[in-house]
Amino acid sequence: MKGQLTSQENVRRIYLQIIKQKIERYNFNSMSTQTITPDVSGYYGEYGGMFIPEILRTTFDELVAVFTEAKADPEFWQSYVDVMQSYSCRPTPVTLLENFANSLGGKFQIFCKREDLNHTGAHKANNVMGQGLLVKRMGKKRIIAETGAGQHGVATATMAAKMGLECTVYMGSVDVERQRPNVFWMEQLGAKVIPVTEGTATLKDAINAAMRDWAESLETTHYVLGTTCGPHPFPEMVAWFQSIIGQESREQMLKLSDKLPDRIYACVGGGSNASGIFLPFLEDESVELVGVEAGGHGLDTGAHAARFSGGSVGIAQGYKTYFFQDDEGQMLHTHSIAAGLDYIGVSPILSHLHDQKRIRFTAATDEAVISATKLLIRTEGIIPALESSHAFASVVEEAPDIPDGTQVLINLSGRGDKDIFNIAEAIGDEKWQEFLQTRALKH
Amino acid sequence: MNLTEYLTKRLKKRKILLMTHVVVGYPSLEANWKMLEAMGGADVDLVELQMPFSEPSADGPLFVKANQEALRKGIRWQDYFDLMKRASEQFDFPVLMMGYCNTAFSMGFEAFCANIRRHCGEGFIIPDLPLEEFGELFKLSRDQDLDPIMLCTPTNSEERLQKICSHGSGFIYCVARKGVTGQNTQLDLAVENFLRQCRQYTDLPLALGFGLSQREDLCQLHGKAGIAIVGSALLKTWEAEGESGYRKHLISLAAARE
Ligand SMILES: Cc1ncc(COP(=O)(O)O)c(C=O)c1O
Repeated sequence: MKGQLTSQENVRRIYLQIIKQKIERYNFNSMSTQTITPDVSGYYGEYGGMFIPEILRTTFDELVAVFTEAKADPEFWQSYVDVMQSYSCRPTPVTLLENFANSLGGKFQIFCKREDLNHTGAHKANNVMGQGLLVKRMGKKRIIAETGAGQHGVATATMAAKMGLECTVYMGSVDVERQRPNVFWMEQLGAKVIPVTEGTATLKDAINAAMRDWAESLETTHYVLGTTCGPHPFPEMVAWFQSIIGQESREQMLKLSDKLPDRIYACVGGGSNASGIFLPFLEDESVELVGVEAGGHGLDTGAHAARFSGGSVGIAQGYKTYFFQDDEGQMLHTHSIAAGLDYIGVSPILSHLHDQKRIRFTAATDEAVISATKLLIRTEGIIPALESSHAFASVVEEAPDIPDGTQVLINLSGRGDKDIFNIAEAIGDEKWQEFLQTRALKH
Repeated sequence: MNLTEYLTKRLKKRKILLMTHVVVGYPSLEANWKMLEAMGGADVDLVELQMPFSEPSADGPLFVKANQEALRKGIRWQDYFDLMKRASEQFDFPVLMMGYCNTAFSMGFEAFCANIRRHCGEGFIIPDLPLEEFGELFKLSRDQDLDPIMLCTPTNSEERLQKICSHGSGFIYCVARKGVTGQNTQLDLAVENFLRQCRQYTDLPLALGFGLSQREDLCQLHGKAGIAIVGSALLKTWEAEGESGYRKHLISLAAARE
C-alpha cells in the first residue's frame, strides 16, 4: 500500500514538475519580452494613442493586426532571435567594469550590457531587423525611415540591403551636414537619403517628412520608425523587439552574480534602449530603474532635451506624451551633444512609468558626458557612443551616494568609434583638427 | 440657420460651393486681410482659417513653409482669434478653424470651443484628431453650437466611412487623394466612386479637397460634390502673381459655381 501510494505520489510529483516547468517556460517566455502592453486604443495610462490622419487609418489597422499576430507567434520571436544571433552578435555580453568602478572610489560593482557590439554598432539593429521580418510578413517591398544622427538610418539601410528592400531615409538637412559619414554609408548601402529643409531641419522634421511619404506610399511601403515613439503600435512594437536587451541581461546577471542588479541606468532619447533594458525588470520591485536624459548646457539654461524636467504633456507626431513645447503647444528647439538624444518627445511608455514613479529620471550635461566618455575609454578600453555616455555620466555623478555592495547595470547602447568626428570635436582634440585641415587642403 | 442649412440653401442656387483657405500670419496678417477681402468680393461660400503649428504633419511643402513662417513672425493664439473675429464680422461667409490637435489640447478642449464661438467661428477641422480621440470634444462643440468637421479618405474601409459619417456635422470633408495638401488631383473615376461611396452614408454636403486648383476642376465636380476646397493653389498664385493675380484666380474659381 505504502509503496503504491509512494509511486502514485511520485507520478503526481513528476507530473506536477512537468506542469511547473511548462508554466515556468510559459512565464519565462512572456516575462522574457515586454511586460507592459497598452490598452486597445494604444494608451499607457494617459499617454500614447493614435493621433493619425484618416488616410493612414487602414495602414495602421493592418500594422496592428500583423504585429499582434506576430507577437503571439513564438516562431516569429524565435526567427527574430535567430537572425540577431547570426547577423548581429546576439546575445551581446555583459561586461564587469572593475577599473571604471574603482576609479569612482566606490565599493560597488558596475556591469554594462554591450549593445555596442551589435552589427552597425548600436541597439538600433534590434528594432530594424525585427521590423524587417515584419515587412517580409506583410509582403511589402519598400521601406522608409527617419534619422537624426544617422544611426537608425544606417541600421535601416543595412537591413534593407540584407533583406532586399528598397529604402528611402529622411534626414534633416542640418543633420545631413553634421553627419556626412553616416550619409555616405547609407548611400553605399543603396538607400536614397532625402534632406529635409523644413522646420528646424532635424529629427522631428524628418519624422514629419517620412509620415508624408507614407501617406502616399502606404500600399507598398512600411515606415520603420526608429524608437519607442509615434502612434500605436510603434511604441509597443519597438519596445518588444528591444526587450531582447533586458531579457538577455536578466539571465546574464543571474548567471554572473546569482541575483538581479540593484540599479539599471540607460540613456533616454526616444526611449528605445531604455525600454528595451527596463521592461523585462519592471516587475522586479527591488530593481531601481534610472533613465538619463540629455542635460545639454544645463537644465537651467533651456538648452537641453530633458522632457521630464522642461517639458509638458502634449500631442504631436501622432502620440500624446511629454514634449518640449511652449505654453501654446508649439515645439521648441532641443539641444544635446548627442544627436540621438536631441528630440522633442519621449516614449509614452516611459511617460507612464515616470508618472507611476517606477522609473526615476535624471539628466547629464554635455560636459559631464565628455568626461565620462574619456574615463570609460581610459579605464576599460571601451569607446561609448555619446548617447550611451549619458548613462555613465549619471553613475559617475551619483557614485558617492551608491551604497556599498550595490550592483549597477548600465546599458551601453552604442559604440563611439564610428562617431569619431563628433567625439574628437567634443573632446576638442587639436591634432584631430590639424588632421582635418591637412586632409581638406588635399581636396 | 446652422451650417448645413446655410450650405444647402446656397446649393439651391449654385452648382457647387467654394471653400478657401488662409494660413493665419502668412505671408502676414495684412496680406491675410487682403486675401479675405478678395474672398468677400468673390462671394466665397466658406473659409477655413488655419492656426499655425510647428509640426503640420498633414500639410504639403507650401503650407508647411507658411506655418513655419507665421510662427517665426510670432503669431500667437490671440492674433489668430482676433483675425477670426474681424473676418466673421466683416464678411458674409462663415469661418471655420483648421489646425492641429495640440492647439486644442494645450488650450483645453473646453476653452478651445469657447474661443471659437466667442470669435464667431462656426466649427473646426483637425486632421490629426481621429474620432476615437475626440472624447469630450463632441459634447463640448455641441454645447457651443460648433460643427466638428469629419474627414473621409479613399483608403478608409466601408465600415470606417460609415462610422466617420455617423459622427458628421456641418458637412463631410472628403480627401480626394492619398497624401498631403498641395498636389494635383486627376478627377478620375476613383474620385467619383469615392464620393458616391461617402454619399451612401450621409446626407450632409460633401466637400472635396486636396489638389484642386482651376475652374475646370470645379466644373468637373458639378453634381458630384457640394463644396470644392481650394487651398494651396491660391496661395501659390499669391506668391507668384501677388494680389491682382490672386483676385483673378478667385474670380475665375467663383465663376465655376454657376
Ligand atoms: C547609441 C544610441 N543610444 C541611444 C539613442 C537614443 O535613442 P533611444 O532613446 O530610442 O534609445 C540613440 C539614437 O540615435 C543611439 O544611437
